[in-house]
Amino acid sequence: MSDVLDRPLTEQEATAATRLRIIDCDIHPSIHSHSDLDEFLPKRWQEHLKTYGGHLRTPYIGTTPYPRSSPLICRRDAWPPTGGVPGSDLAFMRTQHLDPLDVEFGILQVLDLFIFSQQNLEFGAAIQRAINDWQLAFWAHRDPRLKASILAGQDDMQLAIAEIERCARTGEYIQINVAPRANEPLGRRRYWPIYERAQELGLPLGIHVGGYGGHAPTGGGWPSYYAEEHQSNAHTMAAQLASLVIEGVPERFPDLKIVFIEGGFGWIASAMWRMDQHFERFRSEVPHLKRRPSEYVKEQFWFTTQPIDEPDEARHLRQLIEWVGVERLLFSSDYPHWDFDDPRFAFKTPLSDAERKKIFNTNARAVYRF
Amino acid sequence: MAVTRIDCDIHPAVGGTRTTLLPYLDDHWKEQVVSRAIDGLDLTSYPPNMPLSGRPDWRPASGKPGSDLSMVQRGAFDQLGASHAICNVLYGAQAVFDPYMAAGFCKAINDWIAAEWLAQDSRLRASIVVPMQAPDLAVEEIERRAADQRFVSVLVLAQGETLLGRRHFWPVYAAAEKHRLPLAIHAGSAYRFAPSSVGWPSYRYEYYFVEAQAFQAQLLSLVYEGVFGKFPNLKVVLMESGVSWLPAFMWRANKTWRGVRVEVPWVEREPASIIRDHVRVTMQPFDAPADATSVADVIDQIGSEKMFLFASDYPHWQFDGDDAIPPNLPESIVARMCVDNPLETFPRLQLVN
Repeated sequence: MSDVLDRPLTEQEATAATRLRIIDCDIHPSIHSHSDLDEFLPKRWQEHLKTYGGHLRTPYIGTTPYPRSSPLICRRDAWPPTGGVPGSDLAFMRTQHLDPLDVEFGILQVLDLFIFSQQNLEFGAAIQRAINDWQLAFWAHRDPRLKASILAGQDDMQLAIAEIERCARTGEYIQINVAPRANEPLGRRRYWPIYERAQELGLPLGIHVGGYGGHAPTGGGWPSYYAEEHQSNAHTMAAQLASLVIEGVPERFPDLKIVFIEGGFGWIASAMWRMDQHFERFRSEVPHLKRRPSEYVKEQFWFTTQPIDEPDEARHLRQLIEWVGVERLLFSSDYPHWDFDDPRFAFKTPLSDAERKKIFNTNARAVYRF
Repeated sequence: MAVTRIDCDIHPAVGGTRTTLLPYLDDHWKEQVVSRAIDGLDLTSYPPNMPLSGRPDWRPASGKPGSDLSMVQRGAFDQLGASHAICNVLYGAQAVFDPYMAAGFCKAINDWIAAEWLAQDSRLRASIVVPMQAPDLAVEEIERRAADQRFVSVLVLAQGETLLGRRHFWPVYAAAEKHRLPLAIHAGSAYRFAPSSVGWPSYRYEYYFVEAQAFQAQLLSLVYEGVFGKFPNLKVVLMESGVSWLPAFMWRANKTWRGVRVEVPWVEREPASIIRDHVRVTMQPFDAPADATSVADVIDQIGSEKMFLFASDYPHWQFDGDDAIPPNLPESIVARMCVDNPLETFPRLQLVN
């Protein structure tokens, strides 16, 4: 286990961030093994999983196309002493993460089984159902700090809506998650029924990076290295922001809240400037947009902070935060992944107590209505 | 003609394959384009009637924006005040699937621009258009044109068949470096891939927006594949890429590199410092924040005065009025971007006579 996390905090480290209870908008729980899902997965799909496995648009059965920098992209100190993979042991998650960092609420983001990338949409929907049940039974019901999202892959709209209805009836889920890389960009009209329902239910739409969609990670093709693929997550998010805004999703659903998770926030300022810069020129193509793109972003979108940018100059991070707006930022740690942001050290620029409170707690409290 | 302002990105337009280019095609392709009616290779990225593709006052009475030399001269030189300008021809040769057709059309474009533009106005320079579909043929085309000092760079599209750092392109970069030709990457796509990982967008507006992400992917590819280590004298010019995304892009690249550099041990410096040394960027569009302080902040964050190159993007409609310099730029940047930086970036720009 890590020396850093097991020793008591020094006076200097015990900043306002730790005295303030935090809401962590991105925590990754994991199944121990496929059998964890048996009680939630019909026999047919258990057999399917055993016999055929997942069918992804990637070359390998057992690993990702770009070997990660660490096993399961996890912190090397996050493997539970009891065995199992990082994120699979609630007691250890409490000891290592929730308790020492004083997490008031943690939002679960499940990536197991490449849940949004399954080519067999019926199988994908079955494991989404199972995972949605498992989030409550294994996590939220055992620790009330942990909050579950409804995972609903958008490429089969009927199944997605059915799953949203089924989960929403419990009143226990705080968000509807859709795939960041589906068959088409998120703004396309075929996906709007989800947004309509999310707005009615008052549940934010969550979009967490990762997985494999129908397209290469970049407009120029497939990169060679993980270093490239990793950064392309930010490009994915920028493209989805443009798709949602330009197709008119926030215009059509003015009460819909949209949360971008694990895209960071460095790219947002220039994305708003670029959309605004070219708005006049393209306005005749998108007459459905009534306002400048940045206005929609500043009202209906929120962004989790990890991986936070680390410019050499602290003042540059400060400028960035002001451009994006403190109101738009939700703290996230990405525990237990290797690029985890520690709330005590992540922001390498001074924040006022009021700003800290918003980013680490009250913004998320309002978005998710805790 | 005194060197006072070098416009690094203007766009003469090819009227058509069977018209403009016909005299410059070899016999085989002359026969082919006529008998098979091969034409209409304007890039999907720039439909001629789209507002962005031509400012209203820069549209000729007939023909595409940028197709009339005298009009381009009036606009780029008389109106916008350039003393010299680099012609970057955006026509579909780079998007053709047949590598021989691509090479034949690139050759014709280069010979056409030399004969009908460069020879008509000594203030003009041009980029060599090359068929990246077949790197060996791209090298041939560079070698064929390299003796002509009026060609000052090699032009490729931001979205081609594979990312530009990949090793099969390295002979092209060896040739470019040898002849002191920077690699100019211009907005535009061969439409091999959706412009981003999320898929095909509905709108041109959205497509144009995500071009910036394609440029970012190309920079990462060039850096991480080790192109700048292998070709230490190669410069890359991003053209019509937007500029204001650079700071956050470089921060993220540095952070990612610090975390996973074990994967690319040949990349021995932070990506941002490699980018500052090797990459240049044209200043239209800039995609600036609205206020002067923020513009100064963006420039400060980029952290180099050498990266910026004056460009109008004529006849593309990036701004109104007669001043192609984006508003609110610090004086120190304006002073360098018009002459010093272009001369340093394009060493073949021998403009004194």
